[in-house]
Amino acid sequence: MAKYTIEVNGKSREVDVAPDTPLLWVLRDELNLVGTKYGCGVAQCGACTIHLDGEAVRSCVLPISSIANKKVITIEGLSENGDHPVQKAWDEVDVAQCGYCQAGQVMAAAALLKKNPNPSDEEIASSMTNICRCGTYVRIRQAVHMAAEKGGTLWKG
Amino acid sequence: MPKFPFLKNKESENKSKVFIPSRREFLKISTLASGGFLLGVNFQCSGPKGELVTFAPNVYLSIDSDNQVTIIAHRSEMGTGIRTSLPMIVADELGADWSKVKIVQAEGDEEKYGDQNTDGSYSVRMFYEPMRKAGATARHMLIAAAAEKWGINASECATENGQVISTSGKKINFGDLVEGLKDKQIPDATTITLKGFSSYKLIGKDIAIYDNKDIATGKAVFGADVDLPNMQIAVVRRSPVVGAKVISYNDAKAMAVPGVNRVVQIEGAGIPPGLDKPLEGVAVIADNTWAAMKGREALEIEWDLGENQTYSSAKQLDDMLKSTTGNGQVRRERGNFNAARQSAGKVIERTYLAPFYAHATLEPPAAIADFREDGSCEIWAPSQHPQWARQAVADALQMDLDQIKMNVTLLGGGFGRKSKPDFVVEAALLSKSAKSPVRVQWTREDDLHHDFFHAQSAQRIKATLDKNGNFSGWNHHTVFPAIGATASAAELHPSDGELGLGCIDFPFEVPNIRIETHESKAHTRIGWLRSVSNIHHAFAINCMLDEIAETKGMDPVDFILDILPENKDLDFAGEIKGDFSNYGEPLEKFPWNTKRLRGVIEKVVQESDWNKMVSDGKAVGFAVHKSFLTYVACIVEVTNGSNGQIIIPDVHYAVDCGIGVNTDRIRSQFEGGAQFATSLAMSSAITLENGQVQQNNFDGYQIIRMPQSPKKIHVHIIESMEKPTGVGEPPVPPYIPALCNAIYKLTGQRIYQLPIKV
Ligand code: FES
Ligand code: FES
Repeated sequence: MAKYTIEVNGKSREVDVAPDTPLLWVLRDELNLVGTKYGCGVAQCGACTIHLDGEAVRSCVLPISSIANKKVITIEGLSENGDHPVQKAWDEVDVAQCGYCQAGQVMAAAALLKKNPNPSDEEIASSMTNICRCGTYVRIRQAVHMAAEKGGTLWKG
Repeated sequence: MPKFPFLKNKESENKSKVFIPSRREFLKISTLASGGFLLGVNFQCSGPKGELVTFAPNVYLSIDSDNQVTIIAHRSEMGTGIRTSLPMIVADELGADWSKVKIVQAEGDEEKYGDQNTDGSYSVRMFYEPMRKAGATARHMLIAAAAEKWGINASECATENGQVISTSGKKINFGDLVEGLKDKQIPDATTITLKGFSSYKLIGKDIAIYDNKDIATGKAVFGADVDLPNMQIAVVRRSPVVGAKVISYNDAKAMAVPGVNRVVQIEGAGIPPGLDKPLEGVAVIADNTWAAMKGREALEIEWDLGENQTYSSAKQLDDMLKSTTGNGQVRRERGNFNAARQSAGKVIERTYLAPFYAHATLEPPAAIADFREDGSCEIWAPSQHPQWARQAVADALQMDLDQIKMNVTLLGGGFGRKSKPDFVVEAALLSKSAKSPVRVQWTREDDLHHDFFHAQSAQRIKATLDKNGNFSGWNHHTVFPAIGATASAAELHPSDGELGLGCIDFPFEVPNIRIETHESKAHTRIGWLRSVSNIHHAFAINCMLDEIAETKGMDPVDFILDILPENKDLDFAGEIKGDFSNYGEPLEKFPWNTKRLRGVIEKVVQESDWNKMVSDGKAVGFAVHKSFLTYVACIVEVTNGSNGQIIIPDVHYAVDCGIGVNTDRIRSQFEGGAQFATSLAMSSAITLENGQVQQNNFDGYQIIRMPQSPKKIHVHIIESMEKPTGVGEPPVPPYIPALCNAIYKLTGQRIYQLPIKV
């Protein structure tokens, strides 16, 4: 066991865990931030996607010991009132079926739009490799386009 | 016979007592200090509200004096939208303000809520009427109370947006009427008039799901998300081969992992493994998930692998296919196929193979149990069948049902997997042994290794054309290990129920039909997966029909319309040897009507412009299949991708599911069904060698991702006033053969085995 101080959603958090503990389980088990989901544990599915210094990463293969000073944003911290343009688009397009993959999808989409404010269908497909077993891909694409359109200055800042 | 949810006798329809509410006791008026919930459970506790009076004319609905309308969702939400669609029906009949309705998930309790087995695409079919009555009864009483207050006739009143309104413009909130309903008799549900379809504001419309915002913000609560004080986490090493037994284990290294607290053996059922029992295993219980996982890695277990240790699924599939050359058990007979064959001008004989499939719900099984000192047990689980889970826990722990409280969370996908309560029983056993709340957490590897798989199958179809080229004979052999074999080793043939899933009810006009089954054993756990044996039956039948059409030089759609009766209610009388289940519904109530099947064929052709869809580098395929009483036709368009991959730019579905309750969720089920079926057709397969599953994670058991997914899915819903039927499963079966038939047109290669290799 070892003590780590990490910055999660703008707050400094201290945890005492084994150094190889993946960030996913630190978030879920230690910090009770359960919006980030477990789907495979081997960086295959994307259910555990979070932002690490603004990049979408799969937290299930990210040992806590590797985080250091990098800033972690989870679905709970993406926006204060759940009104990030991607979240609003997800709501408006009625993307979700079971919803289990969607926190990861939203995080992947938000990171994509930061880099590429107006992605093409192909660019969305090649960067959003998260699995949705319910098969909401058509609406995910639609919602990313809507967020791109309505996000306005957010993507430029 | 084990529990077959899709065959369950629908006599239980009104088993819940709520719809015979003429007795006084069902009018529950209670004063509650907080919450206002008479019924069900809620994960977020609401704050104190002060003195509230609650009117609850039945278990599905309550209205508080502060105007809060609460509707109980008693079926499990796994992505179909049912948690929204059923409450929506109640709200529409009631005249509630939908934007303010609160939905509360019911706990598992059959006595109270009636059937909660969320399976077999029958939630809407079974509960459309009862939900309307639940809402209408309350509306009736609210109107009567308002009319009395105003001294006018009830016929001058209606409800709207949470108020009773009168023709003269008077208005009163529901909440203000609650107190006055205290002494009122609940009217007999049979005397209540329901609204007409045209006056519905929610039913028949696109309605967003209740949990949308919570999902997009990460607040939605799934199985593993419930947190209890002092909860420990368990990860289990289960028998690598079904029927394997633990000889001994050494837990020294596991116990040395920091955070690991104890190691416990779970006794499995052996062979047959059962549909509701845990597998044999050794559980590592720890302070957190990671420690439990590492502890499990460190376990040393000596197994007696048992009789399935030499099992090879490839070898079995081979044997199954061979068996179809002989005579099987005849399950349906019309005319004389052998005579037709002898006098045939042409015989076409083809075989079709499909693999085992895993459900691979994105949320792997997880359940939380809190076995308490007083001998009670509370459970939270993503269960499709909370009543069965509660019963299975009661059986395993030798408890009374009423000692067990079964809470249902959202399900991160179900597809039939989470009807089985094995993982819930594990949590209860381990909590009892650990004397603390326990979450049992399945990993993805656990999920793929220890699923209740969709059975692999071999089929052989012989079709004859007579000397004049007319379609004269159909001989369908089907063999696959039966679901029943998981509960009873004596089950060697598919059940009547499984044959009723798209095989025995071959609806076409052909004078000679012979349908036969052959024996096969289950060497792993077999279960039901989204549309069950319809998957392989629709694949074989539609691919074969496409070939017959080609042989006859006909367009496949023209050929199918040619052999499909104009307008006939089929009953297969005198032909089917066993029972025809019709998904548990009497044929008088839900006829098998050929005109409705023609309707979806004509619609999909018209909407997709089938005849014009083919251009250079593009091809289209067609299939039609009725399942779960819903009629579906499908057209899939394919093109060649740059690297030789198949691209699916467009899919067209026409669906007749009777009245469409929530049209947006009908479309979303079809969109998702097409994607799900694309995985089954193109990328997924489970194989076993030495009795062990060979795929470990999503790298081995592949699910399609966005680049391979169909780009556009057009869903054309037939407007209908027929009784509503489900849409969770029916999108899957016709999609696969439509895709295969399209690929044939594109590449010249017929598909006889899934997953498709091109
Ligand atoms: S859980 Fe991390 S990618 Fe699947
Ligand atoms: S919505 Fe169910 S996995 Fe994506």
